[in-house]
Amino acid sequence: MPRRNDIHRILIVGSGPIIIGQACEFDYSGAQACKALRQDGYQVILINSNPATIMTDPNLADRTYIEPLSVEYAAEVIRRERPDALLSTVGGQTGLNLSVALSEAGVLDQYGVELIGAKLDAIKKAEDRLLFKDAMKKIGLDLPQSQLVTTVEHALEFAARIGYPVILRPSFTMGGSGGGIAYNREDLVTICELGLDLSPVHEVLIEESVLGWKEFELEVMRDQADNAIIVCSIENFDPMGVHTGDSITVAPAQTLTDREYQMMRDAALKCLREIGVDTGGSNVQFAIDPDTGRMVIVEMNPRVSRSSALASKATGFPIAKIAAKLAVGYRLDEIRNDITRQTPACFEPTIDYVVVKIPRWQFEKFPGAEPVLGTQMKSVGEAMAIGRTFKQALGKGMRSLETGKADGAVTYQDDLIEARLITPNPDRLGYIRFAFERGYTEEQVHTLTSIDPWFLRQVREMVDLERDMSKVTLGSITREQFLRAKRDGISDSKLARTWKVGPLDVRARRKELGVNAVFNRVDTCAAEFESFTPYMYSSYESHCEAAPTDRKKVMILGSGPNRIGQGIEFDYCCCHASFALQEFGIESIMVNCNPETVSTDYDTSDRLYFEPLTLEEVLNIYETEKPDGVIVQFGGQTPLTLALPLKRAGVPIIGTDPMNIDLAEDRKLFGKLLDELNIPAPQNGSATTVEGACDVARQLGYPVLVRPSYVLGGRAMVIAYDEDTVRRYMQEAVIFSQDRPVLIDRFLEDATEVDVDALADTSGAVLIAGIMEHIEEAGVHSGDSSCVLPSTSLSEETLATIRTYTEQLARALNVIGLMNIQYAVKEGTVYVLEVNPRASRTVPYVGKATGVPLPKIAVGLMLGKKISDFTAATGVLPVQQFFVKSPVFPFNKFPGVDPSLGPEMRSTGEVMGVGENFGEAFAKAQLSAGTPLPDKGRVFFTVNDRDKLVAAALAKRLTELGFEITATRGTANAIRAAGIPVKTVFKYNEGRPNAVDLLKAGSISLIIYTGTTGAHAFADEKAIRRNAVQYRVPCITTISGARAAVEAIASKGRDPIRVWSLQEIHGTTTAAAKR
Amino acid sequence: MNPAVLALEDGTVFEGQSFGAPVERTGEVVFNTAITGYQEVFTDPSYSGQIVVLTNPQIGNYGANENDSESARPYIEGLAVREFSPLSSNWRSDQTAQTFLTNNGVPVISGIDTRALVLHLRSRGVMRGVLSSISTDTKELVERAKKSPSMNGLDLATRVSTKEQYAWDLGAIAASPSEDVGDPAEARFHVVAYDFGIKRNILRMLVQSGSRVTVVPAGTKAEDVLALKPNGVFLSNGPGDPEPLTYQAEQVRKLVGKTPIFGICLGHQILGLALGGKTYKLKFGHRGANHPVLNKVTGRVEITSHNHGFAVDPDSLNLNDIEITHMNLNDQTLEGFRHRNHPVFCVQYHPEAAPGPHDSHYLFGDFVKLMEGGK
Repeated sequence: MPRRNDIHRILIVGSGPIIIGQACEFDYSGAQACKALRQDGYQVILINSNPATIMTDPNLADRTYIEPLSVEYAAEVIRRERPDALLSTVGGQTGLNLSVALSEAGVLDQYGVELIGAKLDAIKKAEDRLLFKDAMKKIGLDLPQSQLVTTVEHALEFAARIGYPVILRPSFTMGGSGGGIAYNREDLVTICELGLDLSPVHEVLIEESVLGWKEFELEVMRDQADNAIIVCSIENFDPMGVHTGDSITVAPAQTLTDREYQMMRDAALKCLREIGVDTGGSNVQFAIDPDTGRMVIVEMNPRVSRSSALASKATGFPIAKIAAKLAVGYRLDEIRNDITRQTPACFEPTIDYVVVKIPRWQFEKFPGAEPVLGTQMKSVGEAMAIGRTFKQALGKGMRSLETGKADGAVTYQDDLIEARLITPNPDRLGYIRFAFERGYTEEQVHTLTSIDPWFLRQVREMVDLERDMSKVTLGSITREQFLRAKRDGISDSKLARTWKVGPLDVRARRKELGVNAVFNRVDTCAAEFESFTPYMYSSYESHCEAAPTDRKKVMILGSGPNRIGQGIEFDYCCCHASFALQEFGIESIMVNCNPETVSTDYDTSDRLYFEPLTLEEVLNIYETEKPDGVIVQFGGQTPLTLALPLKRAGVPIIGTDPMNIDLAEDRKLFGKLLDELNIPAPQNGSATTVEGACDVARQLGYPVLVRPSYVLGGRAMVIAYDEDTVRRYMQEAVIFSQDRPVLIDRFLEDATEVDVDALADTSGAVLIAGIMEHIEEAGVHSGDSSCVLPSTSLSEETLATIRTYTEQLARALNVIGLMNIQYAVKEGTVYVLEVNPRASRTVPYVGKATGVPLPKIAVGLMLGKKISDFTAATGVLPVQQFFVKSPVFPFNKFPGVDPSLGPEMRSTGEVMGVGENFGEAFAKAQLSAGTPLPDKGRVFFTVNDRDKLVAAALAKRLTELGFEITATRGTANAIRAAGIPVKTVFKYNEGRPNAVDLLKAGSISLIIYTGTTGAHAFADEKAIRRNAVQYRVPCITTISGARAAVEAIASKGRDPIRVWSLQEIHGTTTAAAKR
Repeated sequence: MNPAVLALEDGTVFEGQSFGAPVERTGEVVFNTAITGYQEVFTDPSYSGQIVVLTNPQIGNYGANENDSESARPYIEGLAVREFSPLSSNWRSDQTAQTFLTNNGVPVISGIDTRALVLHLRSRGVMRGVLSSISTDTKELVERAKKSPSMNGLDLATRVSTKEQYAWDLGAIAASPSEDVGDPAEARFHVVAYDFGIKRNILRMLVQSGSRVTVVPAGTKAEDVLALKPNGVFLSNGPGDPEPLTYQAEQVRKLVGKTPIFGICLGHQILGLALGGKTYKLKFGHRGANHPVLNKVTGRVEITSHNHGFAVDPDSLNLNDIEITHMNLNDQTLEGFRHRNHPVFCVQYHPEAAPGPHDSHYLFGDFVKLMEGGK
């Protein structure tokens, strides 16, 4: 059954913004699908609201719509583009849900669009708990006992029957949202209520607990001729009870006999056939009782998933690409295995190494959230490591996380061991190691954790070996001992700490003893066939397979695991750097350890090294490849921290000199530079004591912004309005020392913040790519603020000043490539807040808005080309429409956390809205961000004194637009004074019915609540904001945000549903996708 | 930990740690790429005369258990792995892999770069080797490898075959309370199985699909087989080179046309020889559980389990009499054929799996259908 010729135009639905549970793995899968289908001559139309993705690059599809993933906007795209088919399976749960919604709304029938990948009934059978259960029973597969409930009463009744604990899973929610484990009646009521609310169909599944059972996943593919294969088996280190996205996972499965594995394989294939997944990839999860071997099926996803991305990277088998090909009629045996070339894709990859994935959490950004893991996913990213053995892979994985934990930066407490082992939490692995160090036996740890004894033995052996290493010294260690340590995954820096020497001393001694890293290939076949793709990982084996070429080559350092503040945007830039290098005829070498990304796809770069981004590992690759240059400015903070050490080791960093990157972060030097250039900055100082900090703050005058001197995505920043806050912050929230003073800035209240991305070349020419005006005032982290291109309120004069300053700074820092500057504009004065001579988070957004490929030009500039070689544009790049970027927050995953915005970044992703006017673009962005603005209803206002005038004006406008107004007393008085009818309501703590009651009753459709920004929020504010998240009512916390919202609401009443493809906007006909 | 050495005839030497029995053994060094199923590999008599390298780096994790053996004892000469687990973790395990191999006299070398070894064998072809846990004199060991007997031309099947005829009536055993293997079908047929090194799962599958089985030694005469009044004859898998098995090929030639015949692996090769074909040695063989085989009759691809170093040359077969039914999609080698005029069919790979996927279990049903036709 070859390629289908009855379809020509295929719509691909993306997965929208990066959120917890749905991250860049779907950029990877979507991009692969686009490429695969276009290579086959299909026209691809793409809709996705996330501008930071490779898949939304205009050359990846024939028509690219960065539009909301809602039925109405998708229907408009379908109406305009008339696709023949919709591929539903590569856009995660969001893509699947939208496909179902379009089908159910009759849109697909109306325009004759065929659902390919997974059909509607297959999706329903897999996603609907009850249908799934019936289907599995029909084919004789065992499941945990369960019952679907629509009321809390039924839930209690069923739980009483099967006994606690029970697992709750709301139907059709993402990443297990709203699920949990109930150990008693009280838990059950709480979780069930929330789950019923979050489920779009108001259903929750109550399930027999299989806590502590071994957990497995199989990645399965099937074609129309019913050929089916298992791509990869995955075993979870953490037993059942922890969401698989929050589990350390291992490929292949380690503790199954062939009999058990084949039983699982048979069950997975049966499941796929019964559900009716005709083509494509699916993921089936199983649990096995470690005492009896009873196996139950847990769930299946009839689409490409996070685990598929992991399995693809773990085996070298490109699941998403193959899934797309199968969806258009190909059979597995008609598709070639890219890696071996001579063998077909219809086989089961076998691997001769071990892969370990470790999630990365950021509970510290969500004070109030308990750092406990359960059935709801909380991790924001993950790192994958490949080693020849489990120990080697685990060691590499731990250091890939860059949490500092591998380096012993965390202190463990004896009295917490048992608690930390019993209840799954982000530090559990660290505590297991600590427990062994403290003499716990494997049996004791197994009893507390239920983790398989084989895994525990491995961890135990690592701990023992580390202890053995402390018995030798740098001078006395033998080659054999050194080799053993390296083969078991111990890092040079760990040895350096043990021996109290520098990591480079360890390196030198290691090389002296002839203990060198080599590189092995990921080849899908355990070396049975020759591999043609240089996809590599390091090991300490005897034979190096790297086979570097003698071409001119450049190495790109990626950004590692996703985290808040360092996400897909940087991977986007790295991928583009790679594409650009290839276009310029230079070999591109990618180094990264994030399995979710496009950058770790084996065909993105000429050569791929799947390695931790540490000095040790990067130097190993450098010494093997000997590249002509290394690019550090695209991967965010991760490669930047390596820039200076690499330079010192003689590595040629291309682009802006690392010394100048460092200078921009050095308070004193940078302050001096600004003085010389006569560019204003907020007054500032630094302190190394509590009292010192209070003194500085007093001198500067409140409010002040206080932060540590090393900053990662706005970690641990605070805006202090009084000395109390400064004092408490210094005492509790921050680590400082003589070397690491705390930085204190005068905080500019009510200033407008502006982000600038610019390019600069070796001749000193500067091109400003975008001047983005933030919607929220300065003080909200730039990553958490919506922004708009072009700016809507800045004067010509201000824009000219910004342009001048940007050019001056670029030249002064000898920037070659990209730079980002944050400004604050207050009363006509432009202040510089921060300069980052590197690619920023906004690069993809600006690129999509202007149609200019910024990273590509930046790479050209690093190679010595001039801006004028790429574009005739000078000054500031023009934009044709309004483009609003809005952040997306994970507050629904952290119940109880105050969702107010501040200087600490907390958004996980972003969306873009396009419009002919600002209001339209903002309305679309808000819809895409999952906080759609209402068309009608009641707006609740409560604002602080300085916002009251503006609030009254907004209330007037909203009344004209047909809204009713409610406000708390003070605000209501101000609104009433302006002649607008308003209802007064109690504050949360004043009496009842209060604002929260109205919220819960569903009678409020929009909240405008400007509190005392930055200071300690009052219980009232917190209650409002928390409930707004829970009841999904948009809550705007800044007055400038409110102004934007009102414009957006006006647009919704005025402007029709309309969409534009990037190709139309930028007047480009699509060149055939190069890649 | 004691040292162990694996020395190849071409002078390549791997040094590692010793597990298993403290002995020295010679054999042909071959690699298997299956991720699971090491116990089945250890105990498959087809590995007789071979030192096996497993590409999965973590071996021994789930120990060994009574039900997963494919014969009475391990047949591999030695085992080479990247990391051997002294601990076993699985509810079915009754001993560690270490104990299992030690008690059965099999030496293990662990900690070696198995990938480099596989790359070497892939490019140079399989070769003789010595695995020693008692000597570290690498020069001497290489010499011993050079002097060890070659597998080519050797009749290993007779050596591993049962000496006495016996009856087998045990069906499949579930590996878990969740596995429904079902009761064996009513025993309507009598199958005589030639044991050239037969795996137990073949016997279990035959029973499961409705046969009682009489297992006979490799040297049994055709007349004696027919005297047992079988409904069908099964030709088993087994070790080594098929070419010296001229006597067996002669017996099989006599059986063709008299009774339905089903052959697996060495049985397939013997059938090929019996029907006038030729066999040849593959450079490094097929050993693993992931080979795609196209069933040319159904058009479906089966993921199959393999263990063979020799193959039947399809060009040597008379296609007027023989229809090619199965082909390997990796290297286009012959994987199965049937006779156009007689109820005779065979496959080169292992439909009984153990270890490996169950995609080809249907072949046992096909055998039953042939026997039904003969009733």
